[in-house]
Amino acid sequence: MAFERLTERLQEAFRRLSGRGKLSPADVDEALKEVRRALLEADVNFRVVKDLLERIRARAVGEEVLKSLTPAQQVIRIVRDELTALMGGEHAGIQFASRPPTVILLCGLQGSGKTTTAAKLAFRLKQQGRRPHLVAGDLYRPAAVDQLRVLAKQVGVPCHEGQGDPVEVAAQGVEAAAQAGADVVLVDTAGRLQIDSEMMEELRRTRDRIQPHEVLLVLDAMTGQEALNVARTFQEQMELTGLVLTKTDGDARGGAALSALAVTGKPIKFVGVGERIEQLEPFHPDRMASRILGMGDVLSLIERAEAAMDQEDAQRLAERIREADFTLEDFLEQLRQVRKMGPLDELLQMLPGLPAGAGSLKGLQVDERELKRVEAMIQSMTPQERRNPQIIDGSRRRRIAAGSGTQVQDVNRLLKQFEQTRALIRQMGQAGRRIRGGKGRKGWGGLFRGRR
Amino acid sequence: MSLWDRLRQGLARSRSGWVSQLKKAVAGGRGRIDEELLLELEESLLEADVGLDGAEAILDALREAAAKERPSTADEVLSLIRRLMTDQLSEHRRELHQPPEPPGVILLLGVNGSGKTTTAAKLAAQLGGRGKVILGACDTFRAAASDQLAEWGHRIGVDVVRQEPGSDPAAVAFDTVQAARARGMAWAILDTAGRLQTRTNLMKELEKIHRVVERALGRPADERLLVLDATVGQNGLSQARLFHETVPLTGLVVTKMDGTARGGILWAITRELGLPVKWIGVGEGLEDLQPFDPQAFVDALFAGDGSREVP
Repeated sequence: MAFERLTERLQEAFRRLSGRGKLSPADVDEALKEVRRALLEADVNFRVVKDLLERIRARAVGEEVLKSLTPAQQVIRIVRDELTALMGGEHAGIQFASRPPTVILLCGLQGSGKTTTAAKLAFRLKQQGRRPHLVAGDLYRPAAVDQLRVLAKQVGVPCHEGQGDPVEVAAQGVEAAAQAGADVVLVDTAGRLQIDSEMMEELRRTRDRIQPHEVLLVLDAMTGQEALNVARTFQEQMELTGLVLTKTDGDARGGAALSALAVTGKPIKFVGVGERIEQLEPFHPDRMASRILGMGDVLSLIERAEAAMDQEDAQRLAERIREADFTLEDFLEQLRQVRKMGPLDELLQMLPGLPAGAGSLKGLQVDERELKRVEAMIQSMTPQERRNPQIIDGSRRRRIAAGSGTQVQDVNRLLKQFEQTRALIRQMGQAGRRIRGGKGRKGWGGLFRGRR
Repeated sequence: MSLWDRLRQGLARSRSGWVSQLKKAVAGGRGRIDEELLLELEESLLEADVGLDGAEAILDALREAAAKERPSTADEVLSLIRRLMTDQLSEHRRELHQPPEPPGVILLLGVNGSGKTTTAAKLAAQLGGRGKVILGACDTFRAAASDQLAEWGHRIGVDVVRQEPGSDPAAVAFDTVQAARARGMAWAILDTAGRLQTRTNLMKELEKIHRVVERALGRPADERLLVLDATVGQNGLSQARLFHETVPLTGLVVTKMDGTARGGILWAITRELGLPVKWIGVGEGLEDLQPFDPQAFVDALFAGDGSREVP
């Protein structure tokens, strides 16, 4: 579902069109049918879809078909531009108060990920050299306070707790944090339905008491059509300053983000990309637009890879691959790099055009213990074997297994995985060539370019 | 106030007036089912998260039924849709699967934040509570998840089997089944960590829990229930598919039905995978879990604007 190729389907719709000069209303309508399907499948609210299609139609009809693009590509570009425009220009971060502490209030439905997001934000701010404190304001869900306390400990920031009235607990927590020298105070709140007037009233009172500089709505990326009503009500009652989109690491296309944006006009400030504490990223409108359209998230992949990969290593690796000289040593090196980026299957989801490859990669998960065994096996090989794995016959396999404290089957599996990886990298090289305008040269970008 | 009243009330508060719009569309057609009406109906269904394919299936069925039954008024068209939608959800057995011998084991699965832990507690309370049920805290990953379940256990007087954070969830599952048997419990309910269905390594962990339960019990867990958030959109289908692939499901629990979300993805899921909805959650209290009743559910959906002009 994540890889439904809108471009391909549009290409189909446009087959009859090639060779003509301008996009006619009929052509555009044909194409927009597919766009509508893509947007609705991505859970963009149908009212938002309607508005959007009208705007796109107005813009697309009569437009010259550029020589460099196919009509399908051109429509996609218009759609993408519109989506990106709707989602705001540059990335908007936290607006810090001129007089610290900056107070940030997190709110949202049950299970949207407020507590986790609070901790992730604290981690991020701490990495940036700030002194964030957390306030545990969810006194309804059993053990929500314990959860935040445990996470705060992981992050290494103070967590303020209290009992009784959530409004008082929040106010006292902010006060205590300010006195203890916090420059940012993150206030977690209980999840609530936007139609629960009592609970919304409590949230408003909390806001009035602590006067937050940021009020962030935490929204699950898998939310359906309701995202519009949820965001609208929270906006009306809480005067949001921004949104956080969580659980974007799955295969949800995240149209909810677009609905929420359309109805609040507030920027998405961060997206949650995994369960680990560091997995919170700035929001990139262009990438989200591509994702909602089902075009994969190639740019994010490249950037993430760049951040994790040592550039020189990557360069060297790219060289090796170009020379079809990818050895077991490189494989080990690559496993270490990939581990820094997160699971491989997760990365592959962001890459369009690899549905077949992605399925065969289940064996390529990198976990800590497995990595140690792989390391031991590779180190039990002779330099000649590492460079030239074809020579590893049965007796060499037995020797390697004995030397590394593993079984012959483990060695077999390793060699098979190595071959798969080699094939995958070849595939990635090919996929990469299809992606124009990537940042290139570094990291996986370099890898893509490495193969011709 | 009955739970279905509460559900109806929740739906009534969705201001956009799903049903009034639907009724307007149907009334405008004066009982004729033409393309314009179908388009309007499609939009209403889309707004309820039924999805394009789901809406198409419902409308195809409507066309077919209308050709035979020839509804002549708007009300007749509406009641025809209601019947079709109810029928689709009624096809599969919804009763709780009775174990051949105690303890029966219920395994709860789902993505993060769908409401598994709360559902585990509610189910424990409804299946007899103290002396009848034991809970297993197999979510050893999320910070304080086992504390949350333990707190619930404390409130309802039910024992909770738990281990250190980070320990093997399959081991907790095994211990829970053993404890249930040793203490003569009727049910063991296993809460698992939330996981996105695309995380293959985490799905493997789930597979292992399922396997270990089967080994401990001598048969697979009697109920393998996917806990689904009612606000979920089209991704709900992917969730159902991939969890079903990993651990063959016996049904669904739909949570947070007290909001304005309409849970339209249920039609797509039941149609494609044949999975019945067994329970729905309509609030945060222990009693707010209800066996699923398709008729009442569809009635509530169609009574959405609070007016009762349509029976």
